[in-house]
Amino acid sequence: MSNTQPMRLETGGRIDREKPLSFSFDGKQYNGFAGDTLASALLANGVRVVGRSFKYHRPRGILAAGAEECNALVTVGRGALEEPNIRATMQPLYDGLEARSQNCWPGVKFDIGRSLDYLHFLWPAGFYNKTFIWPHWHWYEGFIRRMSGLGKLPPADDPDHYMHHNVHCDVLIVGGGPAGLSAALAASENTARVAVIEQDSRLGGSLLWSEGNINGERGDAWLEETVRVLRQRDNVTLLTNTTASAWFDHRMVIACEMVSDRRATGEGEGPRQRLWKVHAREIVLATGAIEQPLVFANNDRPGIMLASAVKQYCNRYAVAPGMRIAIATNNDSAYGVAGALMSAGVDVAAMIDARQSLAGEGARALRDQGMTVFHNAIPLDCRGDRGVRSVSVARRGGEERLATLECDCIAMAGGWQPAVHLFTQARGRLRYDPSLGAFLPDEIPPHVHVAGMVAGALTLDMALEQGREAGLAAAGDGLQVRPRTRSKSTGALHMERAGCEHRPDRQWIDFQYDVTLQDIDIAVAENYTSVEHLKRYTTTGMSVDQGKTSNVNALLALAERTGRTPGEVGTTTFRPFYMPVTLGALAGRDRGEFYAPVQRSPLFACHEQLNAQFEDYGTWRRPRVYPRNGESEQQAVAREAVAARTSVVVFDGSPLGKIEVYGPGAAEFLNRVYLNNVTSLETGRARYGLMLNENGIIIDDGIFARLPDDHYLVHTTSAGANRIHAWMEALLQGDWPDLDVLLTPVTSQWANIAVSGPRARELLERLEAGIDISNNGMPHMSIATGTVENMPLRVLRASFTGELCYELNVPADRGAALWGRLMQLGEDLQIMPIGVETLGVLRTEKGYLHVGSDTDGNTTPGDVGWGHVADRKQGEFLGKRSLSRTHNTSYGRLEFVGLTPVQDGSVLAAGAHVIGAEHTGAPAPTQGYVTSACYSPNLRRYVGLGLVQDGSRRQGETVNVYDNGQVHPAQLSTPAAWDPEGDRLHA
Amino acid sequence: MEKYSFPKILYHALRGHKHWQPAWRSPLPKKSYDVVVIGGGGHGLATAYYLAKKHGVTNVAVLERGWIGGGNSGRNTQVTRSNYFYPESAAFFEHSLKLYESMSRDLNINVMFSQRGVLNLAHSDHDMEMLARWTNAIQLNGIDSEILTPQQIKEMEPLIDINARFPVAGGFIQRRGGISRHDAVNWGYARAADALGVDIIQNCTVTGFNISHGTVTGVQTSLGDISGEKVHITVAGHTSVLAKMAGFRLPLTSMALQAMVSEPIKPVLNLVTVSGAIHMYVSQSDRGEIVLGAGADVYNSYAQRGSYDNVESCVAAFLTLYPRFSRLKLMRQWAGIVDISPDTSPIMGRTPVQNLYINCGWGTGGYKAIPASGDTMADTIVNDRPHALIKPFSLERFESGALVDESAAAGVAH
Amino acid sequence: MFRISCPFCGERDENEFVCGGQAHIARPEPAEQVSERDWAEYLFFRDNPKGLHFERWQHRYGCRQWFNIVRHTVSHEILAVYRLDEAPPDVDREEAV
Repeated sequence: MSNTQPMRLETGGRIDREKPLSFSFDGKQYNGFAGDTLASALLANGVRVVGRSFKYHRPRGILAAGAEECNALVTVGRGALEEPNIRATMQPLYDGLEARSQNCWPGVKFDIGRSLDYLHFLWPAGFYNKTFIWPHWHWYEGFIRRMSGLGKLPPADDPDHYMHHNVHCDVLIVGGGPAGLSAALAASENTARVAVIEQDSRLGGSLLWSEGNINGERGDAWLEETVRVLRQRDNVTLLTNTTASAWFDHRMVIACEMVSDRRATGEGEGPRQRLWKVHAREIVLATGAIEQPLVFANNDRPGIMLASAVKQYCNRYAVAPGMRIAIATNNDSAYGVAGALMSAGVDVAAMIDARQSLAGEGARALRDQGMTVFHNAIPLDCRGDRGVRSVSVARRGGEERLATLECDCIAMAGGWQPAVHLFTQARGRLRYDPSLGAFLPDEIPPHVHVAGMVAGALTLDMALEQGREAGLAAAGDGLQVRPRTRSKSTGALHMERAGCEHRPDRQWIDFQYDVTLQDIDIAVAENYTSVEHLKRYTTTGMSVDQGKTSNVNALLALAERTGRTPGEVGTTTFRPFYMPVTLGALAGRDRGEFYAPVQRSPLFACHEQLNAQFEDYGTWRRPRVYPRNGESEQQAVAREAVAARTSVVVFDGSPLGKIEVYGPGAAEFLNRVYLNNVTSLETGRARYGLMLNENGIIIDDGIFARLPDDHYLVHTTSAGANRIHAWMEALLQGDWPDLDVLLTPVTSQWANIAVSGPRARELLERLEAGIDISNNGMPHMSIATGTVENMPLRVLRASFTGELCYELNVPADRGAALWGRLMQLGEDLQIMPIGVETLGVLRTEKGYLHVGSDTDGNTTPGDVGWGHVADRKQGEFLGKRSLSRTHNTSYGRLEFVGLTPVQDGSVLAAGAHVIGAEHTGAPAPTQGYVTSACYSPNLRRYVGLGLVQDGSRRQGETVNVYDNGQVHPAQLSTPAAWDPEGDRLHA
Repeated sequence: MEKYSFPKILYHALRGHKHWQPAWRSPLPKKSYDVVVIGGGGHGLATAYYLAKKHGVTNVAVLERGWIGGGNSGRNTQVTRSNYFYPESAAFFEHSLKLYESMSRDLNINVMFSQRGVLNLAHSDHDMEMLARWTNAIQLNGIDSEILTPQQIKEMEPLIDINARFPVAGGFIQRRGGISRHDAVNWGYARAADALGVDIIQNCTVTGFNISHGTVTGVQTSLGDISGEKVHITVAGHTSVLAKMAGFRLPLTSMALQAMVSEPIKPVLNLVTVSGAIHMYVSQSDRGEIVLGAGADVYNSYAQRGSYDNVESCVAAFLTLYPRFSRLKLMRQWAGIVDISPDTSPIMGRTPVQNLYINCGWGTGGYKAIPASGDTMADTIVNDRPHALIKPFSLERFESGALVDESAAAGVAH
Repeated sequence: MFRISCPFCGERDENEFVCGGQAHIARPEPAEQVSERDWAEYLFFRDNPKGLHFERWQHRYGCRQWFNIVRHTVSHEILAVYRLDEAPPDVDREEAV
């Protein structure tokens, strides 16, 4: 054994001894080889204590060699590259890797938190439910919170990026062990597109560490040949370092590929992980099985490992997990471990076999080689706080002590539980198989196939055969997938469990969360005997490994203690994720700036040139205001608002929703979806309308105009454009298929520039668009078409400012040209652009309704003064019936009003509530609220709009307005504060 | 009932923890009960408890198809708050919050009610106006809530990126809001109800109702017929299925609502934070897990599993607001079946069948209602008229149109 | 994630579609003569079955057409897809609850 790596075997293993790597653990430097995992390298260096348990802070060593590891959770990396809770067994070693232990202070070897262990009898299962009641949980919570948690959040933001990859295939094979590879070979013989997902860094599964004989040749050779053939096939995708973690509806499997710790290893740019979303026609699950621990006193000590892990470290990584290893088992599989250790020259202390008689060849062979084999025997207890030093062996039942063996490692072979996580997520059902002491796939859902150890195949031959059958069936034409038979256990472990008996010393069930057999006893005594109650009460299986090595032992103990069979007890649900998935990988690129798309108007560049201050309004990024020469926002709004009422301004209305409605049924259709009368509208004229849902609630508003023939242009709010179009399509396609109507959403097709102000007509005349825009030629609420500089132009005279206003529409790509032309033509008129905030001021002054601000999900037309329109309208329209329901015709409804502060200089803000004049503060019954409010630069006072109980009947009344503790009186009025008669619209 | 306390733990520790008493019995069902409660979730158990405690009605059975607390009351994100817009909602949920505040002592079990504060975020001026409307409503309802600036939010929860894609424009906090331990709430009510004589019967599936002349007389179950003077349905997502058995329809849609937790880490989040605009809420459990709640899958579902798209968008929203968590790993994801009513408010009270009562429509927010729901339904069942606090939540409101639509008024659902 | 076969475009991912709830809800006409009880039934009351559900979907981020599907609300399996102008397929409504 080499000096720098005391536990490294001289020969063997799938490591590259030519490529030494250095790494550190808790600040101390070590060496390993390429091909090592962090766990194997730590073991090679004789590092035994790698972590502390969650509750009692007990020293913990490496338990496993794969995904099921629950003890060796470490923090890897530094600074922004730090990641907590990494399983050392899954972390490939790279040069310069920095790892640290977690959940311990001052260090992993001596941890103050261990004092909790010495008082463990005070913290049994459920102790926190039973204490900390007086005086209040808050007194204790801070301390308890600090004690819990494992690793720490990294100290800086993650510089890495993560990709998503969508793929479709005919056959997805999860697991690249013998069964999975055999399935892949068979499935890909013809043209089926096949993908194989393997969580390990190499394909081969147990063949990587277990001797095997396939068709008379070595397992190694078969593996090499098979991988070579698969790589040559174009229809096969092989993914390693990729864990299939979850199954979702319609056969979508989520798998996360660990691409590279590029930044840490200096490989440069590229994604760190790639999340695969695989949609498959058929899925073969060859996910293998997880070896289970044995339950005995102090079975959590460092140096106690799963037997299969011991074999893996020995054969695959050329590491001796101990100088002298005792093996404890209840089945045949441990004998192969003994053989492997002896071949590698590792000293085996003894085989402790729980079974009554030892008929197997394995036992005989070992005895022939001079090894002690105890039968009908169990490990009773073990010693060695920071690493096991000895194990005491007793006859089953525990009374008769047989021996005490010196050893620094105990290999536990407690049987195998198939990795049925994805299988059950696919809605497959399980049954308990007493001969295997495990839950096996039973009812297999359609399009799912199981092969190998997950299906109970214990021999290599059976795994290969099942794999081949599954592969052929899955690659069939889909119609002829042959019926899958119930999986049956094949081969035998000759398993015989020793019962879990109570002993003076604690016996661990869940190593991570420190759940012991005594905790199960307490839960049973307290009648937490449903397996889910047991889990939640004791927390068994709730840690980061989600019970991969604890659930089976917990429920077997529960079954034993409640006189039920394990099948009756059942399992808890195997929820996603099989292996935890990095949040960054789940989010992919769709975070930060890419979390939601930003919509920009075709005039966006014009606004940028004018130094607009932008803001997101719904999905649109729009100019809020255009501040000049160091103006504050308030000053800029005031300037823009005054200009809008004294000269001429332009406003980018492009985000306004636009839907073209054509066809002989267009008028009738719109007549049904608008509260207003549409059929009486003449060509060339426009009307403002409200849309209601069937519940009578206002859902949108806007101007609709009639073009020649059966052609209407419908304007919706910017936010409502997509929603209203989808709703109209649903009505036309679903409810009124007899109406011959075509809808085309054209919001993004047209740039919309509103020209507003007393001098708007003067400006438009200069445009020479060939349209008579005189007051007679084009009155308020009319539409005309023309051309300007070869651009098709639509002009709608309608106003949302309360001034003379024309909306000019040109094709989107010509919008900037028109904008530029208007700014040029209006230069001497001091033309200026106005932003959305200024528009809000103008429409609030004017008392124009803004759906979504001044209405809520309860507002009906009657509430906003449109009741008479509804009453007068002939014929049916959506929502009409609901308007006559009791509640909609009763008193006390919130109605649309104007509000004016009574005191000089007093402020009015949206969101404030109206309370009765007799109330001067909270609590008080609300009578409604201010829905829009601002300072009016034109009226030089605050103006407001609101929804107030019976508001239409209370105009002139003084109320109090409550806002975050402040109360001011205000007077209710009609909504329009500016030009209430509307003369300016018709100028 | 064995009284839980630290000295009691010491007492049992000295006796090897071998003599703990069952938290509740597992009796066989009797032939008949005064009240049969269908559904052993928090609501059903609390109803049984208050029937026995406040009204002396102890001949009560709680029938649970699986294991108690196995539905939504055992798979939610544990948030409790009373920051409601409408006075009728506020009155109900404030009653509930007060009962949560005294629950640990009342039930003699530590439900770990951690009043760490519930923060709601606004991401634009318009959001902020809506949030002001909401906050003022809460204050006028006599309930605590404070408006916060982005800087104050940053100080209270430093890991929020207030300049994110959806920048934080402000927010408000209800400091008395918080999280508690759902299992302890369920078990606490079960244990206390059992001690008063209530029979909790698990693994008992209701398969039909016995109704004679429009009056319910009992239920058919997998364990045989059980007669009941009065029968109460409180089964969350499965309410429509039970109502169909009893011969009526309800204005409900059942959907899958997801939650997920990360691996546990040392404490870094102080509050429960909600962003209505980007459909995300987050808190850190006392065990250290980051608990994320997503929106519901918007199609009918009775499968207790959520869609992947919702996982992805929830995590993306979380990382957009809290980029620091990118390297943390998501450990577990699950879903519950919520029954959503048209106005997202509950439906409580009488049904078209005499002596049959319902308590449903809690949608995404039933956990916080458990104690008040149990209290008011017990009163309603005993007196055969709706308790004053739940009058606005009757089934009749869908005919008159008097909906209680929180999302309509405040832009945020339950 | 569902894979839904749009009758006009073929099979696509769920996130191109939007579910519009229960299908085949006839609007009572003339609405004015409908009682409050029946009107509430039309507006709010739904089957909400645990089992087969006939529902409307729109291929919103595709052809924008609405169509109907029959879907099991526990397994989420889609048993049939049909256009709005087609009669509902004859599937066993009591199948596997």
